[in-house]
Amino acid sequence: MTITKQQAPLAFAFMALALVMVGVFQSWSLSLTILNYCLIASIMALGLNIQWGYAGLFNVGLMGFAALGGISAVLVSMKPVHEAWALGGAGVGLGLLVAVATIFLAVGAYHRLPKGHIRGWGMAVIVIGGYFAARYFFDPATNLIESVNPAQTGFLGGLGLPVLLSWLVGGVLAASVAWMIGKVTLGLRSDYLAIATLGISEIIIAVLKNEEWLTRGVKNVNGIPRPTPYEYDLQQLAWAQDWAAWFGADLQDFTSIYVKLCSAALALVMLGILYWLSQTAIKSPWGRMMRAIRDNETAAQAMGKNVTGRHLQVFILGSAVVGIAGAMMTSFDGQFTPTTYNPLRFTFLVWVMVIVGGSGNNLGSIVGGFLIWFFWVEAEPLGYALLSFLTSGLAEDSELRSHLLDSAAHMRLITMGLILLVTIRFRPRGLLPEQSQQTRSH
Amino acid sequence: MQDFLNGVMLLSNFLIVPATAYGSQLALGALGVTLVYGILRFSNFAHGDTMAFGTMVVILVTALFQKMGISIDPLPTALLAIPFGIAATTLMVLISDRLVYRHQRKVKAAPVVFLISSIGLMFVLNGLVRFVIGTGDQRFSDGERFIIRFGEFKELTGLDEGIAFKTSQGLTILTAILVVAALFWFLERTRAGKSMRAYSDNEDLALLSGISPERVVMITWILSATLATIAGTLYGLDKGFKPFTYFQLLLPIFAAAIVGGLGNPLGAIAGGFVIAFSEVTVTYAYKKFLTYWVPESWAPEGLVQLLSTDYKFAVSFVILVLVLLFRPTGIFAGKSV
Amino acid sequence: MSFLIGESMTGGYGAADILNGCTIAVERGEIAVIVGPNGAGKSTAMKALFGMLKLRAGTVKLEGQDITGLTPQDRVAIGMGFVPQTHNVFTSMSVEENLEMGAFLRKDDFKDTIAQVYDLFPILKEKRRQPAGQLSGGQRQQVAVGRAMMTQPKVLMLDEPTAGVSPIVMDELFDRIIEIARTGIAILMVEQNARQALNIADKGYVLVQGSNRYTDTGEALMANPDVRRTFLGGR
Repeated sequence: MTITKQQAPLAFAFMALALVMVGVFQSWSLSLTILNYCLIASIMALGLNIQWGYAGLFNVGLMGFAALGGISAVLVSMKPVHEAWALGGAGVGLGLLVAVATIFLAVGAYHRLPKGHIRGWGMAVIVIGGYFAARYFFDPATNLIESVNPAQTGFLGGLGLPVLLSWLVGGVLAASVAWMIGKVTLGLRSDYLAIATLGISEIIIAVLKNEEWLTRGVKNVNGIPRPTPYEYDLQQLAWAQDWAAWFGADLQDFTSIYVKLCSAALALVMLGILYWLSQTAIKSPWGRMMRAIRDNETAAQAMGKNVTGRHLQVFILGSAVVGIAGAMMTSFDGQFTPTTYNPLRFTFLVWVMVIVGGSGNNLGSIVGGFLIWFFWVEAEPLGYALLSFLTSGLAEDSELRSHLLDSAAHMRLITMGLILLVTIRFRPRGLLPEQSQQTRSH
Repeated sequence: MQDFLNGVMLLSNFLIVPATAYGSQLALGALGVTLVYGILRFSNFAHGDTMAFGTMVVILVTALFQKMGISIDPLPTALLAIPFGIAATTLMVLISDRLVYRHQRKVKAAPVVFLISSIGLMFVLNGLVRFVIGTGDQRFSDGERFIIRFGEFKELTGLDEGIAFKTSQGLTILTAILVVAALFWFLERTRAGKSMRAYSDNEDLALLSGISPERVVMITWILSATLATIAGTLYGLDKGFKPFTYFQLLLPIFAAAIVGGLGNPLGAIAGGFVIAFSEVTVTYAYKKFLTYWVPESWAPEGLVQLLSTDYKFAVSFVILVLVLLFRPTGIFAGKSV
Repeated sequence: MSFLIGESMTGGYGAADILNGCTIAVERGEIAVIVGPNGAGKSTAMKALFGMLKLRAGTVKLEGQDITGLTPQDRVAIGMGFVPQTHNVFTSMSVEENLEMGAFLRKDDFKDTIAQVYDLFPILKEKRRQPAGQLSGGQRQQVAVGRAMMTQPKVLMLDEPTAGVSPIVMDELFDRIIEIARTGIAILMVEQNARQALNIADKGYVLVQGSNRYTDTGEALMANPDVRRTFLGGR
């Protein structure tokens, strides 16, 4: 069952219907929350599709890039904690400078020194020495920063700039990190690239969880400014009260739905822009060249195309998109919680979205994003309902019944896995296959 | 002299013994991964959760045995349950091969498709294990906890520092040695084992020699499931069982297999120890150790810890990247498909 | 009735036919050589005889039995041996293990056969514990042939056995092949080194564009002025 581009609107109509049903049977607020997350998930799927669909890069580190986007929201829009800056800012700055200098020295040594033991030992000495020197400045500074009002802050805070800017910064930060990672790992084969990117994202999360002076670690950062109005403020306004009355809705519900609609609008705009950019890119000569490289790398290399360079471009662009999505998510949530970045929920789920939606097809990834996220969220209540129905025959306090009901949450993991397996088996190209696939003769 | 020995004891207790045990666990896990890679030619991302599945069955059977009063004190009852775990895991793995991978082999799908399929299986196993046994920590070891206790050791040697040798650690090392010896005997000395090496070496020629591919595939899965169950159980006995931890072990296990040379069993073992020792060495706080070995005036103030233990996985990862950059085929040159 | 014959074979790997009604036959104890220009279908003809390629038309018969539908593994079981041109040894396994793998289908004790192979290729006995990948090109070819001999085949097919080896090694290999033929085994060979191959051939097949152009004894082909001009470098 593949759907053509013309039928894609049908898929969206189906999604809209599903969301409406959620609104009717559960709550409108929930329905809109799901919609917002669907939009963000679609953006992430788009980012992954750029890497996987265009260039065949197997990036299993999406979680890390999303987290980088999230931390950008913190670093850009939270108010700076002046006391912390005063105490530790210098130390942190010096430490960073030393670290950067060490890297430069190490890279320089790599290029200048002759191959062999001297170079190996020399680089090791530089790196180890630089590490300890950086720590010498870092450690006392970070301790000081963390000691400033740990219950409420205990970190450096941000720049206090408008939060929408953080979305772009998120993209830029993710892109820079992607550049560094890509330079080092993109020559690797797909299995190896997968492991390498998985490892990197684990490290990024570990850093964000532990460097409390930067991110408050597991204490989370709350109160991140939102791009949408706050419900409380809205409730004071006359026009909001009038409209609520006109709809016959409770004022709180109304404002909450209104705010979510605003988020949805923003997200939709962002998605639209990114989709348009991606489509333009893929149809351009650049895009055609990318696909030629993907389809036959050796031939492309023989023709003189800089394959690694192109892969790097694609890797950076895709990661930037994921970073933007991560920033959007954190700013909509209003809080940065490092512990929610779970590889299953993030990275692998987005992979399912792209595979099911259609690798190599941007619209497909968006459809996949919507469908899979929707399933992921609704699988729990649906599973619970199903299990309740199935176990209705058992006694109220039966151990089996309560165990089954508790485990409804895990059903969604199983369901997701089955969806992926069924898709890769029967429709490996996904729901919306790549355009050119449909015109291939064999 | 006293101080020197104390330092050695300290290091042994907190570094060498735990690292050896951890290395054995990683080695067994990496062996499973490397076998599948060498013969079936793809990276099995579901291996961590296969270990969890096997350990789950062992835990359930152990609980049953404990209720029935069966015990082999001072050894943990889990050892009796391992064969059941192996049987169940083997069945599960063979069924998933039949349902998922066999089709991909028939259509000669790209390795990446196998990888994605293994991710799907990973999801299913993940959910299944949590569904059956929950997400909490499970402690299922019983029997004598220590082979030799900290205090007993101190009494024996008269030193300030002792070594506590846990039963689980001793078991891990002993089992690992036995399993590895058995595996190598199988691969080097039996006809079936040699046919697997041949298949891994040159698939077309192996087919030409009349080696049955489906049999080789089946034996590979059986071995992989066995290794996964044993590795998972040993790890669980040592450190407790929590489904999420087993997923996280995927990174050090793959790092071990790659560092040693993917597809090379000897490499998997070497890699396991390299990763384990690196992780423990880099995150150990050497302060107390240095106070024994270094003159009073030089005694350090801070913990002298290179990296906090939270960054354990960073260590495996950095080693992995270094190896991939400078010696991609690993310590013992493995396959490069 | 020929011992092994592929009659009027037509077929290819995909849509286009490489073989066009080509016939190849070999008798017991005979050395038959297939030569021809590049792309003539030499290797393809041999692969068709071995069942590695589906024939659109034509049959393959061994000892009068139609084996056209049999898989390569089945053909090994009924007494055909095949030495591929490349990747023809297990590089990570020792010489002796390679021979053991060659005998995989045998249920009986094959120590005698191993001894025979060592008699034929004495250097292999010396290096029997060494990994095959560490041997020189010529020695590797010997391992490849030895491996194929382990099933005690009635027909031995070799795809360009002297590709990439030095002239001395080539001579040695051909000597061995003659010895093998003397034991009554039918030998079929595809060769690029046409002159040297036809020298030892009882029968030669010159293929051009998938069909037989000249079929005669090795001597006669060597004397044929057209053949000499086109394939043997003139004069």
